[in-house]
Amino acid sequence: MAAGPMKMRATLAGSYTDVRVLMTHPMETGQRKDAEGKLVPLHFIQNLTVKVNGRTVIEGQTSQAVSRNPVFSFRLRGGAKGDKIEVSWLDNQGETNSTETAVA
Amino acid sequence: MIRFAILAASLLPLSLAAQDTKKEIERYQQMIGEGSPAELWEMEGEALWKKPQGPKNVSLEKCDLGLGAGKVAGAYAQLPRWFKDTDKVQDLESRLLTCMTALQGRSLKDATARLFGSTDRPSEMEYLVAYVVGQSRGHKMAVPVRHPKEKISYELGKKIFFYRAGNWDFSCASCHGEADKRIRMQDLPVLSAPAGAQKAYTSWPAYRVSTSQLKTMQWRLNDCYRQMRFPEPDFASEVTIALTHYIAVTANGAPYRGPGTKR
Repeated sequence: MAAGPMKMRATLAGSYTDVRVLMTHPMETGQRKDAEGKLVPLHFIQNLTVKVNGRTVIEGQTSQAVSRNPVFSFRLRGGAKGDKIEVSWLDNQGETNSTETAVA
Repeated sequence: MIRFAILAASLLPLSLAAQDTKKEIERYQQMIGEGSPAELWEMEGEALWKKPQGPKNVSLEKCDLGLGAGKVAGAYAQLPRWFKDTDKVQDLESRLLTCMTALQGRSLKDATARLFGSTDRPSEMEYLVAYVVGQSRGHKMAVPVRHPKEKISYELGKKIFFYRAGNWDFSCASCHGEADKRIRMQDLPVLSAPAGAQKAYTSWPAYRVSTSQLKTMQWRLNDCYRQMRFPEPDFASEVTIALTHYIAVTANGAPYRGPGTKR
């Protein structure tokens, strides 16, 4: 399954940059059963990386407790208009996706 | 006297708690609205809108939603409306079916294969609806009641809204005709008055966090009928379109805000 779209917004708000990123992901807990009663395999985003102008600022780990199609929001100290923010994720099945945007 | 004092003291925090809960729900709704996965549905829908499909291998980009072929911006704020080619009042969903069959040459069976999606099987209709309605964000609701068929549809919708039937003897107005009614924690809008209709209609279709799916207005009505224990209405039938028409016209004048996000 190809990874679905991501969407990100990064806006300068005074002394910090407000970043909000949407991801398409099933985030299966491994406990749900499908219509045939078979367990849907565990499938969730495990690693989250945020880079500003190529420099890694966040390396995060997430668990299967996070909802389907998650929304992450964080504040980065400082920042300037035009800074390149890059967010990528890696899930437990080896799928990955990333998106980037410039701070507005 | 002592008893009265205790009663008063115990009642006060209770009503405060109810207010706090309501405020917290509003805060939660605002939070989910700010970063809503509905946007992901819009993106998928846009890709589907532009993807050539069907026997004729054409995209939906030339689909006429009422403002002319290919004009999507603001179209949803003027739906349902009468269409000359089909000589029918159509809502967005039924119009999309018309475009899929007439423009792309697909069979109705193929176009209606999956009208309501689930987590395992997404629905093309729900993606397309998300894209189209997103293009009307900020447009003022201006649903017409000019053509004779539009007048019939509006009056029919109004009649259905107040028509009690089913084995619980319910009508839409049983829940949505009086102020301050609710189901569980959800306040129910009065859809027969502009204020309530505007608030509700302009935030549908919506992404539902509980099912992690974007749901259409046709789905919303279908589920209302289920909750009222009516027979299941046909998708994009005259009845559901008329009902949508009635609520949409009642919501006229307010800017469209959707696709929304619900619990």
